[in-house]
Amino acid sequence: MATLAEFKTAEKSWWCPGCGDFGVLAALQKALVELGIEPENVVIVAGIGCSGRIGNYIYSYNFHTTHGRTMPVALGVKLANRNLTVIAAGGDGDGYAIGMGHFLHAIRRNPDITYIVMDNHIYGLTKGQTSPTSDPGFKTKTTPEGNLERPVRPLQLAIAAGATFVAQGFSSNQKQLVRIFKEAIAHKGFALVNTISPCVTFNRVNTYDFYREVLVDLDNDPNYDPTDRVAAMQKLMETDELVTGIIYREPESIPFEEKLPGFRPEPIVNQDWNLPREEFERLLEAYR
Amino acid sequence: MRELVWKIGGEQGTGLDSTSDVFATVCNRLGYYIYAYKTFSSRIKGGHTNFTVRVSTRRVLATAEGVHVLVAMDQEAIDRLAKELVPGGLLIADSNFQPKAPEGVQMVTVPMTEIARDLLNPVYRNIVAIGASAALLGLPLQAFKDYLAEKFAAKGEQVVQGNWTALERGYSYALEQAADKAFQLDPGDGQRRLIMTGNDAIALGAVAAGCRLVVAYPITPASEILETCARILPKFGGAAVQVEDELAAVATCIGAGFAGARAMTATAGPGISLMQENIGLASMAEIPVVIVDVQRGGPSTGMPTKHEQSDLLALAYGGHGEGPRIVLAPGTAEQAFYDTVLAFNLADNYHCPVIIASDLGLGLWQQTVDNLDFDQVVIDRGPLVDPKELEAMGRDVFQRYAFTESGVSPRSLPGMKYGQYLATGVEHATDGKVKEDPVNRTRMMQKRLKKIKKLEIGGQPVPGILYEGPERPEILLISYGSTFGVVAEAAELLREQGHRVATLQVRVIRPLPVEELRAAIAAAEKTFVVENNATGQLAFIMRAEGVEHPVESILKYDGTLFRPNEVVAAVLESYKGVPA
Repeated sequence: MATLAEFKTAEKSWWCPGCGDFGVLAALQKALVELGIEPENVVIVAGIGCSGRIGNYIYSYNFHTTHGRTMPVALGVKLANRNLTVIAAGGDGDGYAIGMGHFLHAIRRNPDITYIVMDNHIYGLTKGQTSPTSDPGFKTKTTPEGNLERPVRPLQLAIAAGATFVAQGFSSNQKQLVRIFKEAIAHKGFALVNTISPCVTFNRVNTYDFYREVLVDLDNDPNYDPTDRVAAMQKLMETDELVTGIIYREPESIPFEEKLPGFRPEPIVNQDWNLPREEFERLLEAYR
Repeated sequence: MRELVWKIGGEQGTGLDSTSDVFATVCNRLGYYIYAYKTFSSRIKGGHTNFTVRVSTRRVLATAEGVHVLVAMDQEAIDRLAKELVPGGLLIADSNFQPKAPEGVQMVTVPMTEIARDLLNPVYRNIVAIGASAALLGLPLQAFKDYLAEKFAAKGEQVVQGNWTALERGYSYALEQAADKAFQLDPGDGQRRLIMTGNDAIALGAVAAGCRLVVAYPITPASEILETCARILPKFGGAAVQVEDELAAVATCIGAGFAGARAMTATAGPGISLMQENIGLASMAEIPVVIVDVQRGGPSTGMPTKHEQSDLLALAYGGHGEGPRIVLAPGTAEQAFYDTVLAFNLADNYHCPVIIASDLGLGLWQQTVDNLDFDQVVIDRGPLVDPKELEAMGRDVFQRYAFTESGVSPRSLPGMKYGQYLATGVEHATDGKVKEDPVNRTRMMQKRLKKIKKLEIGGQPVPGILYEGPERPEILLISYGSTFGVVAEAAELLREQGHRVATLQVRVIRPLPVEELRAAIAAAEKTFVVENNATGQLAFIMRAEGVEHPVESILKYDGTLFRPNEVVAAVLESYKGVPA
């Protein structure tokens, strides 16, 4: 079984000291080790942005895609080889702005993919512009008078779209984050883990201290039932999504690839692709 | 007669498409060569539509010059189409709309609606029309009866009998009225060949080539590829998936290609525009993917149901930056099948996007195909690294983007131990990690671009052109895509007029077969490039790539395919005043 060291790469990180993404990386590596997954069987599909660098620092197969397209690329990887553990990772801009369409359709489709969104409410790599999760009034380089738009509520959107696993973590709460990642990866179907990952350079509002004060931890609520979709929605509205833990989980979730008619348990990449001659001739018969 | 043309016109959504399909399929079974096409618009019910079937004793792949038998299901069909009748041509009209024929047109009225009403099924109206048509074209009724019996076997004896009666009554009604005017087509050779569209051929080629994932977004005129694959792929453990847009379609295929599957998407012009960024990703990250573009009228929504070949520049060079891509251009359904197999082999051997440049004429029109040879289908996975060798190497040794002589580096697939790497659209070092220094950048650009200088599969060069005719022709006609068939026929007509004509089909648009084109054009007295676009895109690419010889463009961009005589007229026009 792989060790934590085996999931690390020699590459020196490029994130700012104190970046929330370090916590996400550490928790993900730990979760993979604890789940007993081998590094060669993991594919990280990353988006564009600071968070998209995550693949550089994990010793797995990595695909750094175009901006906003992690969802379809990850779907392709999973359909090609359903034995792989497929993890998509990106930021709030990648997932909820340019990639929003794919996000909702990935949820509807429910492939067995874990999607980690490192949410910092700001565009970091392009050096400080507003993001779809930025708070109203938030001043950035592109909104010098304050953000005029209402923020996207990704967790509520996910549940409304029929998500089978919705969670939120906080990069400085490692213990909870590791547990969430493990359950998300083990979940059979699409798992969204929105992860609060503060930007220490461009966001002086949504800081670690800010979150420590306001976040509600569902782990402290023994009566919370994460299989109740209505209660989940209510909790998200009550807390304005300032909540961590597993918010919703559908135990009977069946992933997309299991529903596809005729789709074999044997991954496509391992199948013999040569058609038997008689099958080919049978296909042609329809055109005579 | 060696060839007859049948046409049926009426209101869209009244079953004329399946009527035409029955007619074409039966004629194909009789051993004729078929070329069948339609005029339609982007609506489901209502609006005029018409279907034309060329029935010939030799291979034909072009729009007909005239119609021998026209079936009109309403007055609009007569008003629009009667002018296409050849001298001696026959108009068959349903008597229920009191048809009025233009002066000089011989009309046979058949009570199609009435007979159908008698038989208590309004759809039989179209079957009556087929029966009448068979009579006036000199086709054996029994062949139609056999086919309808087979087609409706599952629906029971009564339905078969109903179809037969409708057929027979149409047949005898037409004969009674116009037996003396009927045409007599030479008999077919009885060979049961294939009849299919380019879209059919591409779907079959993909399945035969080992493609097990087709991901697309519906769009005219490419949707049939996804639909056919949705029917076929589950039988072979694969899947066809309709996704939310073309961005997702190509990105899903690229993800599957990265993981080692053979995946394909199919689209038309607007979809190609959306896919360009990710096509660049596949170029940069060196991932195999196959993309079909069934071109239609552009730009923007353009003319979704009309033919054009105006995406060529976008296919060859579209998107930002400069990366390798291969563009194949089949001209017949048969070529489309083999090109699709080739496309997957090229993608796996050159690790880049391979685009099949089809067009509406090729994609949607039915044509007879002699055969598709299973023995020519070979799956060649290209340079994949051996998992055992990888494991022996140990960690961090394998270099996915190693510099090699050909530019192609061995590929590992997820699941292979110690084959881990980063695939990225960012400029990178040989291990895939980001590296932007000028020396590395220049080497990497050269590595990627030199891969596609010459194409080979299994040590055999991929032919860039198909040349037919004398070595030193007076006239050289260059085509690509579905203009292949028109140009072949135009060349035949020019030869009949005493001209020495050769044809050249460009089979690969990128990398363009520059040397072959240069040699062929240099040997010809006069060269014409025949294209369905307004700006002469192939001629433009030829000049840009270094084919410096002068050529004349013959262009058409009204949404319809060339007729052979139009090409002939354009060639002769250019000779005006010059003795042939």
